[in-house]
Parts: sequence; structure tokens; C-alpha cells
Amino acid sequence: MSFNIETYFSDLSNGNQILYYKGNIDSDLINRVLDTVEAKMVTGNERSKLRKKVYNVLVESLQNLYHHVEKVPEGFEDQTSDKYGLLAVNKVDNGYKIITGNFIGTNNVEMLEEKIKRINRSSHEELTELYKFILNHQRISSKGGGGLGLVDIARKSGNKLEYLFKEYNEKSSFFCLKILVSENN
Amino acid sequence: MEPIIIDGTPKTPTIKFDAKEGVFEIKGRSIPENSVEFYKPLVDWLDLYKETPLNKTVVNIKLEYFNTSSSKCILDVFKKLEAIHKAKNDVEVNWYYEEDDEDMLEAGEDYESIIRVPFKMIEIVE
Repeated sequence: MSFNIETYFSDLSNGNQILYYKGNIDSDLINRVLDTVEAKMVTGNERSKLRKKVYNVLVESLQNLYHHVEKVPEGFEDQTSDKYGLLAVNKVDNGYKIITGNFIGTNNVEMLEEKIKRINRSSHEELTELYKFILNHQRISSKGGGGLGLVDIARKSGNKLEYLFKEYNEKSSFFCLKILVSENN
Repeated sequence: MEPIIIDGTPKTPTIKFDAKEGVFEIKGRSIPENSVEFYKPLVDWLDLYKETPLNKTVVNIKLEYFNTSSSKCILDVFKKLEAIHKAKNDVEVNWYYEEDDEDMLEAGEDYESIIRVPFKMIEIVE
């Protein structure tokens, strides 16, 4: 079966690519990505407000991958990565685009999609209320995530979350999330 | 009580909790993958401090970045402070944010609306 995940990253070529990575997502990788992107934004003389937003969204995106990726399905090209993920950071006209990809259980697709739709329907004020509610009422899950990551990403990026799901087989689906981080929100 | 002093790293903040002075500081970046591991000793220490707190406790939060898993742990720290305040002791939180960093200001306001302790928002102007 041919399954080329890069097809879903078709807008990778738009804008100026700062970083592209696919493979295992571990703590060292997260450190290296953060350092690289931060250094490039400093070199690029980005204003500190935008730099901070990008850095924050990048931290959450990477840690979402770190905490939530599922095992790669059998037959997939990379069988060695324990936590397989894909990440691209592009400079675009009005900010930065951060794209992540990872496998999730097909049975979790509906729940995740509902969560994203709810976030996308919410105004900034509603996201603030949602964030505070989760912060105050939900304990940290066994996977280490707090359930706040996507809400925080939407709140800080100031833009709707773009996403797609592609079923790999009945157990595994590929989830792709595209986040535009722009300053003027 | 022995103070807690922890040097900052690229992913964890500098900590200075001094029970003799009643001044606690969290400063820098708090973005570890496992925040509970980092914050648990601080929360435990505050549990002891709250048995015999000073009349006045000042908490200075000077964070540049923090991730969502730290945000839960920071809330746990504030809940201990809230208990100290509720027991009729003075507690004051100074929440520092850099000029233009509205996200960090909003984060402080999130806590201010959840925790019943007086907050002061302080803008750092360069």
C-alpha cells in the first residue's frame, strides 16, 4: 500500500522553510528544534511579540507530539521511531506556519475532531474561559498532557486550526495540524 | 526551614523559596516535558511552610515562557498560597510580564481570576 504522508504537507513549499523534520520525537529533538527556530527568528529580526507566540506554539505542538503520538502502523516506512512525528516550520507573509503530523488511533479521530471544531467555533474570550475551566478542573493525564495544548495553541496563534485526518487502516489514522501564528490578533 | 534554591536551565526556571524572608521567586522558562517531577518538591515544601508561615509572603513570578503542563503545576503552587492567605496571612503575588507580552499578562489574569490572592501585574519596560 502506498501512503505518502508528504502529500498532505503540500503547502510545505509555500513560503520560506525554516525547518523540516520527520522521525522520532524525543526531548533532545524538542530542545534542538526550539533552539534552531528561536535563533532563526532572532537572526531574522522578528519582533519579540511574534517570536514569543511562535516559540510558545512550537513548544505546545512538539509536546503534543511527544505526549500523544501513537505507535506507527505496521507496514509504514519508519518502523524504528518510538514516537514518530513530522514537523515543518515555514516563514510566510504574515507570520509563521507550523505544521505537525502524527499517527493516532482511528477510534480517537472523532473525539479529536470534535475538540478542534469546538475550539474553532470559539472567540478569544471563549477560549480564555475554556482554558481556565480545563486548568482548574482537569488533572494531568497519565500521558502527561494537561488537555490544554490545543486550546493554548489556538489562543496564542489567534487563528483557526486547520487540520486533516487520513485513515491509514482501521486502527491507525494520520493527523495533520496546520497552525498559522501571526502577530496582529 | 531550609530554603529551596534551584538554578535555571533552558527548560526549567530558577527557584528561590526563602522561608526566613518570606520571599519566593520563580523566574525564567518553564517548559519541561514532565512538569510534575520538577514542581512536586516545591509544592511539598509549601505544604510545610503553610504550617508556620510569616505574616507576609511575597511571591515574584518572572516567567518568560511556560508550557501548559507547567500551568497546572503553577496553579498547584498558587493553591498552597491561597490556603496561607485564607488562614489570615498576607500573601501578595507580583506577576511580571515583558512590555507587549499580552499573552503573559493574560496568563497572569487567568490565575488572578481563579485564585483568591491579591495579584499585582507589573510590566517590565526595557
